Amino acid sequence: MVKEIERAGLPVVHICTVVPISLTVGANRIVPAVAIPHPLGNPQLTAEEEKELRRKLVEKALKALTTEITEQTVFED
Amino acid sequence: MGKIRIVHYLNQFFAGIGGEEKADYEPEVREGVVGPGMALQAGFKDEAEIVATVICGDSYFNENIEEAKSRVLELVKQYNPDLFIAGPAFNAGRYGVACGAITEAVQNELNIPALTAMYEENPGVDLYRKSIYIIPTKDSAVGMRDAVSKIVPFALKLAKGEKIGSPSEEGYIQRGIRVNYFADKRGSQRAVEMLIKKLKGEAYETEYPMPDFDRVTPNPAIKDITKAKIALVTSGGIVPKGNPDHIESSSASKYGKYDIEGILDLTKETFQTAHGGYDPVYANEDADRVLPVDVLRDMEKEGKIGELHRYYYSTVGNGTSVANAKKFASEIAKELVADGVDAVILTST
Repeated sequence: MVKEIERAGLPVVHICTVVPISLTVGANRIVPAVAIPHPLGNPQLTAEEEKELRRKLVEKALKALTTEITEQTVFED
Repeated sequence: MGKIRIVHYLNQFFAGIGGEEKADYEPEVREGVVGPGMALQAGFKDEAEIVATVICGDSYFNENIEEAKSRVLELVKQYNPDLFIAGPAFNAGRYGVACGAITEAVQNELNIPALTAMYEENPGVDLYRKSIYIIPTKDSAVGMRDAVSKIVPFALKLAKGEKIGSPSEEGYIQRGIRVNYFADKRGSQRAVEMLIKKLKGEAYETEYPMPDFDRVTPNPAIKDITKAKIALVTSGGIVPKGNPDHIESSSASKYGKYDIEGILDLTKETFQTAHGGYDPVYANEDADRVLPVDVLRDMEKEGKIGELHRYYYSTVGNGTSVANAKKFASEIAKELVADGVDAVILTST
């Protein structure tokens, strides 16, 4: 899906847990997520901490969208 | 040689431990056969014996690949087997990745012949086909009998150290390895024969299939994110409560487009996931954990992004065919472009 959106001319960032799968399917901008059933959350945290964690991931995703790349890039910390 | 000793690898589901709620199950070993091991054992008759079964939850494996691999290797090593078999994983994506990863590790690090089996669209195939033997199976456990009948003869051959022929002779998935051989006819003659067949419209088999590199060049970055219109798309199955479009929990045949104008936060009363194949508890409790609407609304208000697109798109990535996913996304992308969206955040579970 990521690839088809990219093909249509839109920059797209893939937030996902299993990065090797994302690399194989051909995502270009990749942000590693927390866990499969809750990629952008962590039920063990308090609601505020969890939202903070999600905010950080989204900020990382936006940074990925504003970064020029020439090949598949995984945006770690 | 005595009976061939086999160690078999299964996920928590096929081992009968539990479904998604048990996908965090840590590696353990049990003596003898478990679950689908019985069908394999029946196929091997007296020639081989499954001496132990290693079990690991799919989420645990995929979220801790390195650690899971080394723990599973330790368990396999104890039994000093002649052969290692993982799966079959059919079309279960995380299971397929786990089977591929562990088969490769057993083969390369323990020097034990190893194989796995799964459906050709399983992401484990593209990740590991070059380094290991993967037997193609049907896309669900309905194909177990068929899978066993293919695995058994190949496994015995591999364990006995017999010569393994080409993928088309032996029935494993192509690894992209070229092997030298002496042909009866010289190259020019073979080429002309192929050309003639092609001109006649007959079937012919190329000697050098071109690799299929379907890669898309990254689009230029967003210059000013504070002016950008951002859209959310997910394969995590987030839908309004009640799943109004009845998106299937696996092998989705459709996607949904949902209006989130004025919605600041996804709550358990209003949104849920339609996705099978992962534990839905966390997403049902708070769908923002998959689709971060709450955070993007905050950032929209703070002027950190231009705006969040009024609609989000959702489908279920569980076992959904590549052809369908491609079709959904190209339709979605067309609409997003027409709606003036600048960039997309796609989330996957």
